[in-house]
Amino acid sequence: MTAVGTYALRLGDDALVLAQRMGEWVASAPQLEEDVALANIGLDLLGQARNLLTYAGTLLPCPDGSPRTEDDLAYLRDERDWTNVQLVELADDGDFGACVARLLVFSTWQHELYAALTSSTDETLAAVAAKAVKEVAYHRDHATQWVLRLGDGTDESQRRMQSALDARWPYVEELFETDDLVRDLVEAGVAVDPATLREPVLAYVTIVIAQATLELPETTVRHAGGRRGVHTEQFGYLLAEMQHLARSHAGATW
Amino acid sequence: MSADSATRGATRGATRGATRADWPLWEVFVRSRRGLSHGHVGSLHAPDAEMALRNARDLYTRRQEGVSIWVVPADAISASSPDEKDAFFDPAADKVYRHPTFYTVPDGVKHL
Repeated sequence: MTAVGTYALRLGDDALVLAQRMGEWVASAPQLEEDVALANIGLDLLGQARNLLTYAGTLLPCPDGSPRTEDDLAYLRDERDWTNVQLVELADDGDFGACVARLLVFSTWQHELYAALTSSTDETLAAVAAKAVKEVAYHRDHATQWVLRLGDGTDESQRRMQSALDARWPYVEELFETDDLVRDLVEAGVAVDPATLREPVLAYVTIVIAQATLELPETTVRHAGGRRGVHTEQFGYLLAEMQHLARSHAGATW
Repeated sequence: MSADSATRGATRGATRGATRADWPLWEVFVRSRRGLSHGHVGSLHAPDAEMALRNARDLYTRRQEGVSIWVVPADAISASSPDEKDAFFDPAADKVYRHPTFYTVPDGVKHL
């Protein structure tokens, strides 16, 4: 069962880290309306993360046998213990195009993943996926609308949307990586093989990019290692901001 | 807050103000349940109708307020002028015969 816990933790880490990145946009998006839209998406992801981390915590108990809580997992793990893909941890640095480019790829991936996970033999994962698949369908739509408008917009917006996609692209292939743990869980009908998501995800994204009069980025550079706890420099700053309150004031509530 | 970040904040505020002026205003109507009519709930800014619908979903139906949304460009709405209030509405004030208050309602009739 620890394998299932590790799998749930990976998906939960993806959702939680991106929730944190989306939260950074509140009060910084181009419009008040967009502040709310991005915050809503972040809160959807946070909800998914809470379910997945809580479930992972019951399967990956403390050495004394007591379950880890969602807060233990969110606030008290160090960088190398995080198993999210690197794509979700990259900083947007106030670049709305970067935010939208990542959301397009990641929400398309999550949509395919959750849709397939609804038929998992693990009832909890299937239930979480069934709820989340509707949420991420909206995230994907939101990102699609913006990529279309920015790509097929002004010269400036097209240039910036293209460079945002180009910058994110080396992190895309990591989404489709499989390892032994996942292979065993796929065998048992619990997990979805990420490799099978590659074709539908790229098919959707390719259509959107073409409609937006943009070029599908080409790169031979591949960054990976998030599932093994290898992260980018930017991730440490994210964790510091997310965790410092809970760590500095243990047990604080508000 | 440092002087530098204060300046950046001010610049961003100004940019938001500028783009806000560029995006048209939309009036939002939400139907709360099947069978009821759409009611006006507020307004928002959006670059086009599709985005206005999505923004309306995020701003006005976060708590399951609706099953259907209309968005209408605010400048497509013709409104009566407050200056014409007297001419528009006062003549109706003394015409009590327009109210169906002179009928006897039979016993047992509901929804009247």
